[in-house]
Amino acid sequence: MSQAQTKYDAIVIGGGHNGLVNGAYLAKSGLKTLILEKRHLVGGAAITEELYPGYHFTTFSYALSLIRPDIVQELELVKNGLLVLNMPTTLAPMENGDYLFLGSDHYANYHEIARHSKADAEAYDDYTTMLNKVCHAVKPLFDQIPPNLFSQEPDELARLADLGRHMRHLDPKTLHMLVRFLTGSAAEILDDYFESDIVKGLFSSSSIIGSKVGPRSQGSGLVLLFHKMGEVDGAFGEWGFHKGGNGGFTQVLARAAQSFGADIRLNAGVSSVISKNGEAIGVALENGDEVYADVIVSALDPRRTFLQLVDPRELPTDLVEDISKYKFQGVSAKVNFALDGLPEYPALPGRFDLYRGFINIGPSIDYIERAFDDAKYGSFSKRPYIDACIQSTLDPDMTPPGKHVLSCFVQYCPYELKDSDWDSERENLGDTVQNTLESFFPNFNDLVLHREVVTPLDIERTVGLSEGNIFAGEFLAPQMYFFRPAPGWNQYRTPIRGYYQCGSGTHPGGCVIGGPGKLAAQQIIGDMKQ
Amino acid sequence: MVKKTPFFARTGPLNETMLWEHWAGYLVAQKYQYSELYEYYSVRNSAGLFDSSPLFKYQIKGADAADFLRGVLARDIGQCPVGRAQYTIWCDDHGWILEDGVVLHVDDDEYWLTAAEPNLRYFQNLSHPYEVTISDISEEYGLLALQGPHSRNILKQLTPDAEKLAYFELSSTQIAQKNVVLSRTGYTGDLGYEIWVNKDDALAVWDALMEAGSGYNITPFGQKVLHMARIDAGLILIDVEYHTARHAWVDEQRSSPIELGFSWMFRGLQEDSRPFIGRRAIENELVSRSSRWHLVGIEVDWQRYENLYNGLGLIAPKDHTPIEEAMALYDGEHNWVGHTTSFMFSSVLKKHVGLAKVAPYHAKSGSPLQLELVVNNRPLTVAAKVVKMPFYNPARKTA
Ligand SMILES: Cc1cc2nc3c(=O)[nH]c(=O)nc-3n(C[C@H](O)[C@H](O)[C@H](O)COP(=O)(O)OP(=O)(O)OC[C@H]3O[C@@H](n4cnc5c(N)ncnc54)[C@H](O)[C@@H]3O)c2cc1C
Repeated sequence: MSQAQTKYDAIVIGGGHNGLVNGAYLAKSGLKTLILEKRHLVGGAAITEELYPGYHFTTFSYALSLIRPDIVQELELVKNGLLVLNMPTTLAPMENGDYLFLGSDHYANYHEIARHSKADAEAYDDYTTMLNKVCHAVKPLFDQIPPNLFSQEPDELARLADLGRHMRHLDPKTLHMLVRFLTGSAAEILDDYFESDIVKGLFSSSSIIGSKVGPRSQGSGLVLLFHKMGEVDGAFGEWGFHKGGNGGFTQVLARAAQSFGADIRLNAGVSSVISKNGEAIGVALENGDEVYADVIVSALDPRRTFLQLVDPRELPTDLVEDISKYKFQGVSAKVNFALDGLPEYPALPGRFDLYRGFINIGPSIDYIERAFDDAKYGSFSKRPYIDACIQSTLDPDMTPPGKHVLSCFVQYCPYELKDSDWDSERENLGDTVQNTLESFFPNFNDLVLHREVVTPLDIERTVGLSEGNIFAGEFLAPQMYFFRPAPGWNQYRTPIRGYYQCGSGTHPGGCVIGGPGKLAAQQIIGDMKQ
Repeated sequence: MVKKTPFFARTGPLNETMLWEHWAGYLVAQKYQYSELYEYYSVRNSAGLFDSSPLFKYQIKGADAADFLRGVLARDIGQCPVGRAQYTIWCDDHGWILEDGVVLHVDDDEYWLTAAEPNLRYFQNLSHPYEVTISDISEEYGLLALQGPHSRNILKQLTPDAEKLAYFELSSTQIAQKNVVLSRTGYTGDLGYEIWVNKDDALAVWDALMEAGSGYNITPFGQKVLHMARIDAGLILIDVEYHTARHAWVDEQRSSPIELGFSWMFRGLQEDSRPFIGRRAIENELVSRSSRWHLVGIEVDWQRYENLYNGLGLIAPKDHTPIEEAMALYDGEHNWVGHTTSFMFSSVLKKHVGLAKVAPYHAKSGSPLQLELVVNNRPLTVAAKVVKMPFYNPARKTA
């Protein structure tokens, strides 16, 4: 038999991190598994590329936190090269030249926050404790297949009852705060704890990442909470930087998948899922090959999973309508720089230890809201929010010795521009970001050796994430948990028997997290046993 | 008054935490930065620089130096040609361990030895029949450890010998025009080097290393990270994994090399008629299998650990700070079978690991154990198992 005709037990469409996780679990369970990736490399939105000789860029995704700790253990990722470098600092420059610089010492942070507001320094611990309790309450839901709210099956009813019990056991304050996060704005919550602009600006930044909301929009609370669900060594809300970037991490996943026996085929775009009598039996590749398997898993986003890979006419009309209305509306871009050296922050001259973690350009809620305002009316922010990091300060292998790469995650950059298009605006966005950086770090321009601008359109074109939404669909309450990606289809199955979904458009959602891939595998393996 | 090492003029201002410890009477940094994890990951991913000058250093020199050491040290130094270093131990007549250290065979009739405790009197008392002089050169030399994957890239800018040295080889070379002895050794389980430099040249060498390392994130690291790294590497520490038999009162306080996992040092013993201190007892122990316990690695079951804390309404702590005191180990029937000597959450391995002494019956790789933890002031147990050491063993260490 030629390779093209080999029969597999399971085929995973898409070698993004969720496809790799899914394929690894399926292979580990004993299924002969094939992962098909359209591009010349695996990783999807989590790749690292040498886009300028000697300089390795995290083209898209750049930091790691959400990856579920159980996946690290179960897929033996350490053995396969996992190395999450600790990011010990956060620098938040201010427009008046001052700054908030946080590190790893609790009381040093207290005093640094107190420099801006004593009340905020006092509130910081209370806020953290509250947030940790909410995260701890959500964690079991995050890491399990969500119940199907619309099923009458005794098992599902029992799981709903379990969920109710879990909620009832939470202390009232934690439950109340959870509801506020899930429904309210980040600004309202932060206003309850803090008064200084810089503190609120910094803490509100995770409430907008990847999402078309401002910190004052209802729904930004959920985005903030989601980002705090990540952890490093058991500490919620901490981030790390993987050796070699997030592309280094997806290479680790690929090795793990292969170590369990999964095959990975590159340059193997899938054009459609082949089904017979309502049952998926294989896939057709863009090159005309067909590969057959009992289980087909789409690791792509819901639009591609339901509206492109299969014929929507095979699906219930309600589902087709829900997916058609599912919100993507990407607002994020990347601008990556190769730098000749480290920038200097005027208020801290000669200090080059400031850049070992995030550099947060979002000095107040007003600043971020104003950036959002531009996007509401169809243009990119004139003074954007930037989440920057200079990964080479932690990983010298990213660059030639003494040189640096700077990754800038930029908002807001709406996928749909009102009076222009992204092919025309690409370098204008690059200039805007560079000028913004120059305004905080004088002489920044002199350091720039090379620049790569990645617009939402580029994200869609390269990775396939519809409308450039970094999470394969907005983190809006009606698109989460019971409803991700659509009511009744939150358990990784589809109406086509043997066809499953495991991308970031499924629970728990986007980020480099692996949860969708793992939970989908759990569902598939469970279904096969029946 | 506490002493300062030859590098203190540099290490002093670098310690932004002002956290210092006393080590053998010297002031040394516990950590330099608020984030010891930054130092730790520098050792694992870039390069870390550690001041080990407080170690006691001895020069053993003379026509009989090799002969003398072959009888005093338990591992056969005869196997260590000029230009090589050897990790070794020395024992008393009963085969109890006195200390461990590294010997450098620097010249035909000359060895250098490092030790954690003073040993001059001990060696001198044994040296009378030999043509050998033993000198304490502790204060004449500064000692640095440059450890981590980029240590070679840094050193090769300063001396061509860096690239030539294989694991545990050494050479006399120059750094910044200063004479140094460079060895491919260390206490972190990573690619790394140690550098002996005359105290008057110490700062010049420090500066040259920091300069050459600036493009590789060279980072000075303190005691805390050294201990974390040595646990990853499964390397023992005096007064933690064992106590010297010299000052022990009862055998419970003493350890044999076999018990500490050093049987490999005696593999060719039948073919080697060399008399050495403790030989008879060690042979007996090997034949009669009379070891009371074995030093093993243990690893905690991550899932049970999570469940234990979650069940109590707590977030399971993952603390990388080494606990270098005993935590009890039981078998499935809650019989006491041993204890940990060192324990921590290894941040690179994403596991709780420990060095432990367990009864030989439980020392096999994979043996299930129960580890006692104190949670909310209550003793509780969590599943663990015996695993092979080193826990962390990158190929570059010996490549
Ligand atoms: C700019 C940007 C920055 C981000 N920053 C972070 C961050 O710092 N930290 C974080 O945790 N998350 C971040 N994210 C989000 C995170 O990276 C994504 O949510 C996540 O990587 C999505 O993974 P996935 O496996 O679900 O899908 P994808 O990564 O989208 O993977 C899908 C894969 O399928 C392939 N494919 C597409 N069509 C086909 C086909 N027809 N046949 C075969 N293969 C196909 C694609 O090439 C791709 O490899 C970022 C995302 C972006 C875009």
